[in-house]
Amino acid sequence: MTATPILSGSNTAWVIMATAMVMFMTVPALALFYGGLVRKKNVLSVLMQCFITLALVSVLWVVAGYSLAFSDSELIPGVLGDFKWALFNGITPNSLSPYYISDAAGRIPHILYAMFQCMFAVITPALIIGAFAERMKFSAFLAFTVAWLFLIYVPVAHMVWSTNGWLCKLGVLDFAGGTVVHVNAGVAALATALFIGKRKSLKAFPPHNLPFTLIGAAMLWFGWFGFNAGSALAADGLAASAFMTTNTAAAVAALVWALMDSLVNGKATILGVATGAVVGLVAITPAAGFVNVGGALAIGAIASAVCFVMVTVVKKKLGYDDALDAFGCHGIGGLVGALCTGIFADPAIWKGFGGNYSGLLYGNSRQLLIQLLACLVSVVLSFLGTLIILKVVDLTIGVRVDAKVEAIGLDITQHEERAYTVIE
Amino acid sequence: MKMIVAIIQPYKLEEVKEALYAANINLITVSEVLGHGRQGGVAEIYRGNKETGNLLRKIRLEIAVNEDFVEKAIEAIQGSARTGEVGDGKIFIYDLAEVVRIRTGERGNEAIG
Amino acid sequence: MPALSPGNTAWVLVATALVMFMTMPALGMFYGGLVRKKNVLNTLMQCFITLALVSALWVAFGYSLAFSDGELIPGVLGDFKWAFLSGISPDSLSPYYVSDSAGRIPHLLFAMFQCMFAVITPALIIGAFAERMKFSAFLAFTVAWLFIVYVPLAHMVWSTNGWLNKLGVMDFAGGIVVHVNAGIAALVTALFIGRRRALKAFPPHNLPFTLIGSAMLWFGWFGFNAGSSLAADGLAASALVTTNTAAAVAAIVWAITDSIVNGKATILGVATGAVAGLAAITPAAGFVNVGGAFFIGAASSLICFFMVSFVKARLGYDDALDAFGCHGVGGLFGSLCTGLFADPAIWRAYGGGHAGLFFGNPRQFLVQALACAVSIALAFGGTLAILKVIDLFIGVRVDSKAEAMGLDITQHEERAYTVIE
Repeated sequence: MTATPILSGSNTAWVIMATAMVMFMTVPALALFYGGLVRKKNVLSVLMQCFITLALVSVLWVVAGYSLAFSDSELIPGVLGDFKWALFNGITPNSLSPYYISDAAGRIPHILYAMFQCMFAVITPALIIGAFAERMKFSAFLAFTVAWLFLIYVPVAHMVWSTNGWLCKLGVLDFAGGTVVHVNAGVAALATALFIGKRKSLKAFPPHNLPFTLIGAAMLWFGWFGFNAGSALAADGLAASAFMTTNTAAAVAALVWALMDSLVNGKATILGVATGAVVGLVAITPAAGFVNVGGALAIGAIASAVCFVMVTVVKKKLGYDDALDAFGCHGIGGLVGALCTGIFADPAIWKGFGGNYSGLLYGNSRQLLIQLLACLVSVVLSFLGTLIILKVVDLTIGVRVDAKVEAIGLDITQHEERAYTVIE
Repeated sequence: MKMIVAIIQPYKLEEVKEALYAANINLITVSEVLGHGRQGGVAEIYRGNKETGNLLRKIRLEIAVNEDFVEKAIEAIQGSARTGEVGDGKIFIYDLAEVVRIRTGERGNEAIG
Repeated sequence: MPALSPGNTAWVLVATALVMFMTMPALGMFYGGLVRKKNVLNTLMQCFITLALVSALWVAFGYSLAFSDGELIPGVLGDFKWAFLSGISPDSLSPYYVSDSAGRIPHLLFAMFQCMFAVITPALIIGAFAERMKFSAFLAFTVAWLFIVYVPLAHMVWSTNGWLNKLGVMDFAGGIVVHVNAGIAALVTALFIGRRRALKAFPPHNLPFTLIGSAMLWFGWFGFNAGSSLAADGLAASALVTTNTAAAVAAIVWAITDSIVNGKATILGVATGAVAGLAAITPAAGFVNVGGAFFIGAASSLICFFMVSFVKARLGYDDALDAFGCHGVGGLFGSLCTGLFADPAIWRAYGGGHAGLFFGNPRQFLVQALACAVSIALAFGGTLAILKVIDLFIGVRVDSKAEAMGLDITQHEERAYTVIE
């Protein structure tokens, strides 16, 4: 017997803050994280790409994105919503969110749910920037981002998170976006890195500002509390549980990476702990509200070890130039996390919230198969879809800057600005 | 003994270094400078204020060489730094009066190598 | 019977921290990146010390003079009833509310939330006199301006006894009280203090700082606008969507205008555009719908673009970091738009009937215009008087040698960045 849902002030308070925190993850957090990793002459182009993604997707989400991803009526059953809520038509300030997680009775405003989801739609294409950094035309980047949002992000979000989505109906577990955000963006990053080609250089470029990168990683960690714990859509024990698993996985992953760094390379590095923490956060994202502390420790450690090898060994062997390891961290980390959710999901977590989600470790082998299926769907859709978009953009505008522009740098050539003055 | 000062494009530094090492010239000093020659500078724009002719970032190499290495150094630098476009840079050759190795006190040709 | 609402309190606690975050580090970085290397510390110092100074003065006298229910000057200025927050205990409820009259936040929290608005308003003016104001004069100016200009205007617009409030002015989060106020003060200061000595415009010494600062301002603005409903409810959510949308649209429009007029979309452009949109939506955030937010964001961006790129150069005043061009003009435009676009459907569930001209209520636009005029007059006259007095006693501007050497070394004996190690 479910009570009539009403507005919950506390849940609303937490989710408003969480929305702001997820926005913070794109700019300044991701911008600083990526910006510090590129060469001085390209830092503004990376910052610009992150910032304009926030602006562009924010507008497109309100106009049509939210409706296509989450409306209860559909253009393509199980795959795509319709334009019912375009421009938030029909959603008033006191409409309650039709979506909830742990608290069916205490809802947040519908507008707030839409804006919370908006910030997820913002950061997902922004992650891909790491793959094509330092060589993509600004005009091509804009076209790519718009197309990718509607052709890949929105359908995957609908399939996994909308109550009508076919993967949701199958029972996929993705608490805050392991598949929808990280696998999706990570695989798109791989496709883009392969399509756009390697940067022209004799050797790897050192990051121009490592403090930026570490500060960015710390800001991502901070914002991730909103990303994961906010996805409970309530200020309750489930949010707290997600908070705990998030922090724990990040911490363990950073430590494991530092350990592996010192064993393999002789020193624990700043770039290593920054990357390790992000990897752990990525991996815990689908699992945050489903696993217990043991699961979080395991997921953080496993993801860190796997991504370490991916980024330091496999990438070099295979020879693709995923400039800032968007695939190596987000793609692989997301896949590891999504599959681990199917292993470590502990039914005790949801006992007080009316759910029953368990993984392989608790006797449910079916969950892992569902997770695998969802990952496959996301991988295939993202890989092929991204390649198609890039091909079309390349035929019309051209995706990569020419060699001379790439040598001079994108800041001066694409934006006629310099990041840092030298004399004054 | 000569002092070779070369102004080159920043993104050419790695190639030039490789070429110098291959010619057995290993001791160099590198600094970041601003300047322009015929290239004329680049445009920058801030809130509607567009300025052209700004100084560009360049790399300055300083290499002390014995007489018999001068042409080898010039070939190595010019061969690797050249793109054929305006802005490739310049090489200046100065007479070098004396060189001292601080650690040992060696002077002259022995201190250069 | 009003009672404490934990949900509302939780949100406004965070919102207070977010607004504080807007002054430092956000505005500090936004302005700091725009000045020359030799003046960045001085700019950061001005922002930081404003936070400290105004925080202390606010709990001492500022809050009481702005918001007390007893008045020294009816309709204009409160009294010292709540000086040092006397009479306000931890479990006193806020007499002020916006959408939720039954569920209140603590009175102390309302006072501190307002404190952060009082902090950022004088801090905005820093953009006008950057790189040439004596530090001692800046301190005196900030203290005087807080009490002579900010506090009376806050009382007139936001206190229930304020005469503009009684007329029905709509200023959700400070378009008039914060942005028009500070923006006009900025213009006056720029004119009074004079142009910097320069052959040509100075490029920003650290554009990444400016963009990061702009992003942090956008983040903090969620607290500034959505927090101003003083409740965690649909009105706050509505203010959140209008705020985010206006910022986004403004950034995009500036980028497009930049590429048409100057040939390239620039980082400084999108950073500035977003802030202009945020300033413009501030008075309107809890009154307009999504369509209104689109228009306000787009139009304010265009207006501020031309203000900053053409009008300023034509008129020849040196508003160094465009405090007037963005905040003054943006806030003014947004305040007037509130009188046009206020949609009564927004407040339907909260007992209000706030409608603008486009929804059949022409009177609102006139009230907005009147409030803007009052703010302009007070800011103009008050700022000019304060500067004149300070100049007579201390001198406002540094001498030309100090200006050439840079304020960091001359005013603070510090260097922002080492060169070698």
